Amino acid sequence: MVPAEGDRMRKPGDIEDTVVSNGDDSRELQRDRTAPRRQFLKCMAWAGAGTLFLMKGGVLQAKALDALGGDASARDASFSFVQVSDSHIGFSKDPNPDPVATLQQAIGKINAQQRSPDFIIHTGDLTHLSKPEQFDTLAEVMKGAKAKQTLYVPGEHDVIGDNGKEFFRRFGTGNAGWYSYDYGGAHFVALVNVLNLQAGGLGRLGADQLAWLKQDLAGLSASMPIVVFAHMPLWNLYQQWGWGTDDSAQAMDYLKRFGSVTVLNGHIHQIQQKVEGNITFHTARSTAYPQPSPGVGPGPGPMKDLAGNSLASYLGVRSVQHVRGRHDLAITEEVLG
Amino acid sequence: MLAATMAVVVCSTSHAGTPASRSEIANTAHASMVQAPAMQKTAITIRNFAFEPATLSVSAGSKVVWINRDDEPHLVVSAGGQFPASPALDTDDSYATVFSKPGTYTYFCSIHPHMVGTIIVK
Repeated sequence: MVPAEGDRMRKPGDIEDTVVSNGDDSRELQRDRTAPRRQFLKCMAWAGAGTLFLMKGGVLQAKALDALGGDASARDASFSFVQVSDSHIGFSKDPNPDPVATLQQAIGKINAQQRSPDFIIHTGDLTHLSKPEQFDTLAEVMKGAKAKQTLYVPGEHDVIGDNGKEFFRRFGTGNAGWYSYDYGGAHFVALVNVLNLQAGGLGRLGADQLAWLKQDLAGLSASMPIVVFAHMPLWNLYQQWGWGTDDSAQAMDYLKRFGSVTVLNGHIHQIQQKVEGNITFHTARSTAYPQPSPGVGPGPGPMKDLAGNSLASYLGVRSVQHVRGRHDLAITEEVLG
Repeated sequence: MLAATMAVVVCSTSHAGTPASRSEIANTAHASMVQAPAMQKTAITIRNFAFEPATLSVSAGSKVVWINRDDEPHLVVSAGGQFPASPALDTDDSYATVFSKPGTYTYFCSIHPHMVGTIIVK
C-alpha cells in the first residue's frame, strides 16, 4: 500500500486537518497535489455463502467467491475500509436479544481479514435509544476492531431527545456534524440526514449542509473518486416507509459531474443497490437485525420470525477496497454466519 | 429504564391513563376518524410505523393516549409545537396529553417523519 508518486496520502488520523467547514485555500492546495488520474472504486461483495459482486463500468456482476480475501483484487488494493451499520445497542427483542454479541461477531469478521482495514465507517444507529450507556457499550466494542480509526455519522436512533448532542460530543467530527476528508486519492464526505426532520417528510440534509457540500466539492477534479456516507438512503428507495431523503436530489446534482461516486447508507438493514449515471448507491446490512424488503409486509421494523438460526445470515459488514489504475473499485459484503 | 420513567410520569401527573385494551384498539384500528365523548380518554395505537387512527376527533378537554405497539421506538411531536413532545416510546410505552383548546393539531414521529397524525379538537 504505497501511495503512487504524486499522490498525497491522507490518513484518518489526519482528518482533523482536512475537515472542511468552509471553503479554504489550504484545502485546495491539498487537492491540487492529489493525482488527477482517473481512478475508480471497484465494489465487490461477498456473502457468507460466497457470492462476489463486482462493480464494472456501473454494472453489478456476481460470481462465486472461494474464500474471504481470496480475490486477487483484495491483494492489489491501495487501501480498504469497512462499513458497519445499524448496531442498535439496547435493542433486546426478537430476533436478536443480544446485539452486542452480534456486533462483536462483526468486529471479529473485520479482524479476521488478511489485511486490516485502514479505517471503519459506522453509518449510524449505533444505539437503539440514544442512551449514554448504549453509546458507552458501542464505543467499547468498537475499540476491539483492528483499524486505526472509526468514523461515524448518526442515525435517527442516535439523536433522540437531544438532537444528537450526546452523539456528537462522543463521536462527532467537525463543528457542524457533517465533514469531509481525503484519503488515498479519494474524497470522503460524511453527511447528516437525521436532524430537523419535517412532518410528512423523509430524511433531510437541509440548506446549510447542502451549501457546505456544494462548496466542499467545488474545487475537486471530476476524476477524483468520491465516497459519500450518511445514515438514511440518499435516494428515494421506498418513500412509503420513509426510506429516502427529501433533498438528496440536490446533493446528487452536485455529485453527478464526478466520474466515480459511491454512496454508502444504512437504515434499512439490508443490501439494496442502484446505479444512476456514475453514482452507485449501496445500503448496508445491520449488525443487529434485518428489516423486510421494501413493501413486503405491513411495515418496516425488525423481522422477528427468522427460520432456525438464520439471523447471522442477515447481518454483516461491508469492506471497500480501492484499487488503483483499474476500471473498477470494490465493495465486499460479509455476513456473520 | 424508560418504562420506569414512563411509569413515574403516569403516576405523578395523571396525564397518562391505563393502556387501552386490545379490543378497543381493534375497534378503532380501521376507522379513519373516531368521535370521542367529552372528557373521555382516547387511545391511538402506533403500529407498523403508523398512527391508528391517523385522524382523531375529540372534544375539548379530552385526554389522548398514544401506545407504541411496534418493536421500534417512536415519538409523538407536535408539528407546530402546540403540545409537549413525548420522550422516546419503546415497545408498549405510552404517552398522554390533554387537549383543552379547540383546534387542529398535526403531529408526527420526529425520527420517522413520514408518520403523521392529526387530532381535531372541537
